[in-house]
Amino acid sequence: MQRMTRKATRHVSQNEGLIFEKSSPGKAAWMLPPLDVPEVESGELLGAAERRDLGNMPEVSEIEIIRHFTRLSTWNYAIDLGMYPLGSCTMKYNPRVNELVSRLEGLANAHPYQPEKISQGALRIIHALSDCLIEITGMDAITLQPAAGAHGELTGLLLVRAFHESTGNARKKVLIPDSAHGTNPATASTAGYAVENLKSNAQGMVDIVALAAQTNDEVAALMLTNPNTLGIFEQEIHKIADILHAKGGLLYMDGANMNALVGKVRPGDFGVDVMHLNLHKTFSTPHGGGGPGSGPVAVKKALEPFLPTPTLISKPDGTLAFDYDRPLSIGRVRSFYGNFGMFVRALAYILANGPDGLRQTTEDAVLNANYLRKGLEGLYDLPYVSASMHEVVFSDKWQAKKGVRTMDIAKRLIDYGFHPYTTAFPLIVPGALMIEPTESESKEELDLFLEAMTAIAQEADQDPELVRSAPHNTRVSRLDETAAARKPVLRWKPEPNRESEKT
Amino acid sequence: MLKAIGVDSVDDLFRPIPPEYRLGRDLKIPGQMAESEIVEWFRERSRENGDGRATFLGAGAYSHYRPVIIDALISRGEFLTAYTPYQAEISQGTLQSIFEFQTMICELTGMEVANASMYDGSTAATEAVMMAARLTGRHSVVVARSVHPEYREVLGTYAVHQAMRLVTVEFQENGRLDLRALDQAITPETACVLLQSPNFFGTLEDVEAVSELAHARGAMVVVAISEAVALGIVEPPRAADIVAMEAQSFGVPLGFGGPYCGVIATREQYVRQMPGRLVGETQDRNGKRGFVLTLATREQHIRREKATSNICTNQALVALMVNIFMTIYGKVGLRELARHNLAKSAYAVQQFAQHAKILFSGAPRFNEFVIQTGEDPEAINARLLGHKIVGGLPLKKFYPELGNASLWCCTELTTRTLIDTAVGHVADSERSLGRGEENAEEVARCNA
Repeated sequence: MQRMTRKATRHVSQNEGLIFEKSSPGKAAWMLPPLDVPEVESGELLGAAERRDLGNMPEVSEIEIIRHFTRLSTWNYAIDLGMYPLGSCTMKYNPRVNELVSRLEGLANAHPYQPEKISQGALRIIHALSDCLIEITGMDAITLQPAAGAHGELTGLLLVRAFHESTGNARKKVLIPDSAHGTNPATASTAGYAVENLKSNAQGMVDIVALAAQTNDEVAALMLTNPNTLGIFEQEIHKIADILHAKGGLLYMDGANMNALVGKVRPGDFGVDVMHLNLHKTFSTPHGGGGPGSGPVAVKKALEPFLPTPTLISKPDGTLAFDYDRPLSIGRVRSFYGNFGMFVRALAYILANGPDGLRQTTEDAVLNANYLRKGLEGLYDLPYVSASMHEVVFSDKWQAKKGVRTMDIAKRLIDYGFHPYTTAFPLIVPGALMIEPTESESKEELDLFLEAMTAIAQEADQDPELVRSAPHNTRVSRLDETAAARKPVLRWKPEPNRESEKT
Repeated sequence: MLKAIGVDSVDDLFRPIPPEYRLGRDLKIPGQMAESEIVEWFRERSRENGDGRATFLGAGAYSHYRPVIIDALISRGEFLTAYTPYQAEISQGTLQSIFEFQTMICELTGMEVANASMYDGSTAATEAVMMAARLTGRHSVVVARSVHPEYREVLGTYAVHQAMRLVTVEFQENGRLDLRALDQAITPETACVLLQSPNFFGTLEDVEAVSELAHARGAMVVVAISEAVALGIVEPPRAADIVAMEAQSFGVPLGFGGPYCGVIATREQYVRQMPGRLVGETQDRNGKRGFVLTLATREQHIRREKATSNICTNQALVALMVNIFMTIYGKVGLRELARHNLAKSAYAVQQFAQHAKILFSGAPRFNEFVIQTGEDPEAINARLLGHKIVGGLPLKKFYPELGNASLWCCTELTTRTLIDTAVGHVADSERSLGRGEENAEEVARCNA
């Protein structure tokens, strides 16, 4: 190959083994102050329960730990290194001020059971964020307790169930469009509902006729992502809500793509009854290599009595307090009050933007996605031509003729210095290239991406093997996932008879 | 860019939204703030939030020292701003660190496999119970009442919708699960027994005895652990089938309750029913060692409604904090750390016992204990708060039958001076009620 790209250059990266391979007795990175109470005989206090050996736990020095994790970190791609066009995952910039404020002593060291009297700061943060999110979504009430988006989905469906049960019939099934994220059906089934698939029409939207035919008094809710996973706004959203409501069903909105709507349109205004948000998508809290997330659930008035305990209330004296006396509540979905540290970050993001900033964020996200769409049309097949919001889904149909599939193109993007786009779904597009730039990218970065995608389209045509065998510039080449699953090695074990293999 | 796209204005891009739903006004949220204003606003909240107070609270959230290199390392953008490591070639840093995390969790819990994390201890315990139900095909669960009350609440929320029956078993006078009652509660329909050790009162359960009873009837044993530091000096529940752990104690800030780090660990034979992400070792095309997310056929993005759980993103960055903490303390340090916790609480128990009644004295405990006072602990705590000390957790809300009982926790950060001050206030309170001598007699009896 290997044409050098404007975005990326190869450079040396350090090798590093597993931490266990660096361990040797006597090394330490810790020190405790002298014990100011009498020493104890642990054997006497614990008897047979005393543990004497910690097995293969490592013994290493501080500089080794620093180097170990720093070296590992350099093997990761990250938003801080460049565009991360993962559709539906919304990899936007994570402002550093969020990190600073979440670490302020009184917030980071607050015990969840400390008296409410000395928790007013935390309660005000929860209150302020709740108010903002209610206004942004156009809903009536909210819980911040769910720990992630999927957890929010479950909470939302439990609220749906509680609502129906209160009317005497919990109903049996949940409708889910074939374009939905995999968590939707998994959630419905965890909430005890049967899943019924709802097909999309030729425009990539909910098929209204099919919806009307499938909606009956056994349908508890429709779980809808809007804009959907194709990045298309459900234009007949008002009809969708009406059809469900006419049969007593509820409209659940998966808020994964809320970043396409903030400040421009509110789900509460177009008929949504219950929805979750992903603070780590729309509201900039860091993905951290896969969490922590946070999945607040906002509801209309009718579902408010069922929200998880506790909820936050204002007392007559102006202070805030938790209310545990909620007889109709679905109960708790998590200990304490949810991922508070994420609330702090999300609120800092909202304050840094204000109404104008949030609206512009949405506009820029949609603008960027449409700019990429325009730049890639003609290079890649666009299966659904309906207008795009914050993301666009192409397919590998044209490249597949030369044996190049979406995963190959994705892997080749790595050589050009980008993280791949999403390949795994929507399932209605075979060989999907799901691309979401977010508002964080400048035109310069978008142009580099277009340049890379253009070059890969050419390579796929002229030198398909080059693409099929990508990536070529990474520390490791494609890994054998089949072997990993067939004979899982899920932990390190010492191998006494063999010199441990160093990477 | 608009010209390239072929539209006149950004608003044209929002045409797909029916006009009647478009928001024709500004959102009613606070106006844009400068960074300096944001920092000041949150500093103000921090000051309103108990900044600078020492605490005796534990109960599922523990105040341990966090070595500074934890935040230094997790603040690296390559960890902080990376996504779930689906693209293994450019995620080896996250993947290898999770593999090390899984290994250390196995070493500490005595289990054979551990996942990459769950949301927290309460959801880990709940998912572990659901896993046991899938493995046994049974739908009844026996739950020790000494399991964290909020863990039990979460389990209750999920169980209702899984057609799962929950049977609660009481604790005995020594704080441990009542084995006779447990024996009667286990039926051929029992999927598992859920207990916690150290339990909510800080008491170590006899996991082996519980396991014998459960296993004899084909039921599994799920052990929840909320104070991970205990594993440094307390035998792990090796007889358990599944361990559901909250790892917050390992370097995760208290943070008013989250984000924390749940984990599930189990036997190799059960791995395919385990929820959550797993990292496995493999090789690349050149035979070089590398790591990937594996056994994904359990998960929602492949299995959809047939998945083992709907869990998707979980707590990777928090798991990294835990990983770094475990690496720092390691084989020797963790035991020393645990020994300090043990010594501090032993001292505190001894001091409190001279003035108030210590409940559940007949079994070993780790770093928490329950004291019973004449006066309402809320009143004692209110006075302590005046001295910038947060007293133990009043238990009336969760265990009304224990009366004026409160749950106290001492860690390596609890100084002797702090303990003596708190004991002094409890002593004053007891004296004012004329109860001092009565308690001293109790102590004499307990020690006899």
